[in-house]
Amino acid sequence: MGEVKKMIEARKLNKYFGDLHVLKDIDFSVDENNVVVLIGASGSGKSTLLRCLNFLEMKNSGDILIEDKSIDPKKSDLNKVRQKVGMVFQHFNLFPHKSVLENVIEGPTQVKGTSKRQAIKDAKELLDKVGLADKEDVYPEKLSGGQKQRVAIARSLAMRPDIMLFDEPTSALDPELVGEVLETMKALAKEGMTMVVVTHEMGFAREVSDWVLYMHEGKIVERGTPSDLFDNPQEKRTQAFLSSIL
Amino acid sequence: MFIDFIHYLGHLWEVFIESKGIFLDATVLTLRLTVLSIFIAIFIGLFFALLKTTGVKVLVWIANTYIFLVRGTPLIVQIFIFYYGLSYGPLQISGFWSAALGLAFHNGAYIAEIFRGAIQSIGKGQTEAGRSIGMTSWKTMKRIILPQALRRALPPLGNQFIIGLKDSSLAAFVGLAEIFNVSTTMGSADFDFMTYLLISAVYYLILVFLLTLLVSFTEKKLAVSD
Repeated sequence: MGEVKKMIEARKLNKYFGDLHVLKDIDFSVDENNVVVLIGASGSGKSTLLRCLNFLEMKNSGDILIEDKSIDPKKSDLNKVRQKVGMVFQHFNLFPHKSVLENVIEGPTQVKGTSKRQAIKDAKELLDKVGLADKEDVYPEKLSGGQKQRVAIARSLAMRPDIMLFDEPTSALDPELVGEVLETMKALAKEGMTMVVVTHEMGFAREVSDWVLYMHEGKIVERGTPSDLFDNPQEKRTQAFLSSIL
Repeated sequence: MFIDFIHYLGHLWEVFIESKGIFLDATVLTLRLTVLSIFIAIFIGLFFALLKTTGVKVLVWIANTYIFLVRGTPLIVQIFIFYYGLSYGPLQISGFWSAALGLAFHNGAYIAEIFRGAIQSIGKGQTEAGRSIGMTSWKTMKRIILPQALRRALPPLGNQFIIGLKDSSLAAFVGLAEIFNVSTTMGSADFDFMTYLLISAVYYLILVFLLTLLVSFTEKKLAVSD
């Protein structure tokens, strides 16, 4: 059996906001092609953990390794690191002054130096993949929340990342629009994308993820396969959380 | 009484027509002064606004000091300092340029605050989105934040341009033959001060009106692609 590649890893990660200890000695890793879902109550540190992995928040101590390389924010070129680690936000954060197509080609043309013609060709394929081929000339304000999020996914994919981070990608959506975004994410998982997903969608976690991590007050309290964690939680706090939401 | 008023209007119109040539020359000078000083002020304003948004202590301090000095002193004092400092000093810059630079220095501080407010009004998520696709902070500022901020800055900028246009009248005190200066000079010479002042007011009104149209046209134009 070949060695499984660790795509992203956190070791003894600690993060404070002032006096508040938000992440406490977090240890976890994500293997290539795996989907890891982080669940937990709000304020448990899931989003902060995700943002630390992308260096949008800076850890206070511990190590973050991307593809087995430790990243020191002071020495490493974080812009290079972020090209490999795509991020999808709760509030989409599309560029409102750019059309859908311009949103998607912005990264490749401005960061990677891809020619505009090539970037447009790639962007059209990506938009087709997320089901928005007919929207390329539209500005974000004309899109529904679900469409915005799918454009945001396409924009992130345009950088050809090795890992994708999703920070509550469906939490800001009307209920009837959640499905289309989850479908897009499922398709991505099927293609073998390595994904870390913070979500409250337990159905998605159960169906798609390889591992589920339950966080509580800055710690990973329990981890397991979806069937272990959802059907047979060992920890009292996990049981309490699951019974409160299911 | 009413008859007197009608008479006066007739007189005003006559003087307006007679003095057309000299006032048009003055208008050209006012416009040159305004356009040049505002053009420079936009760059000064952008520069100091960016300094303030860096969060680097020294740079923020420099920007705050500049704004403090400008806001804390009267424009006429600043224009005189520029005029005597630049045109009589070793630099020997013309009266026109020293007035233009004085006005630019002044408007730059207010425009800096307008830009800073507009930049800070763009949500943090936009910066994060830019950074997350690997853009540098400067590129994110240039391509993502500034284009949105400039649009938001346009209404208060238009307001500042109008103030700048009217404040150019203070250049009269350093001897430039712009609209206000011409009106007081002609008014004293003809012993008809009020008439010439009213005429100058008409010229300013027309200029401000045209400037307002230009700004709202630009706003609409930019709103289309928003």
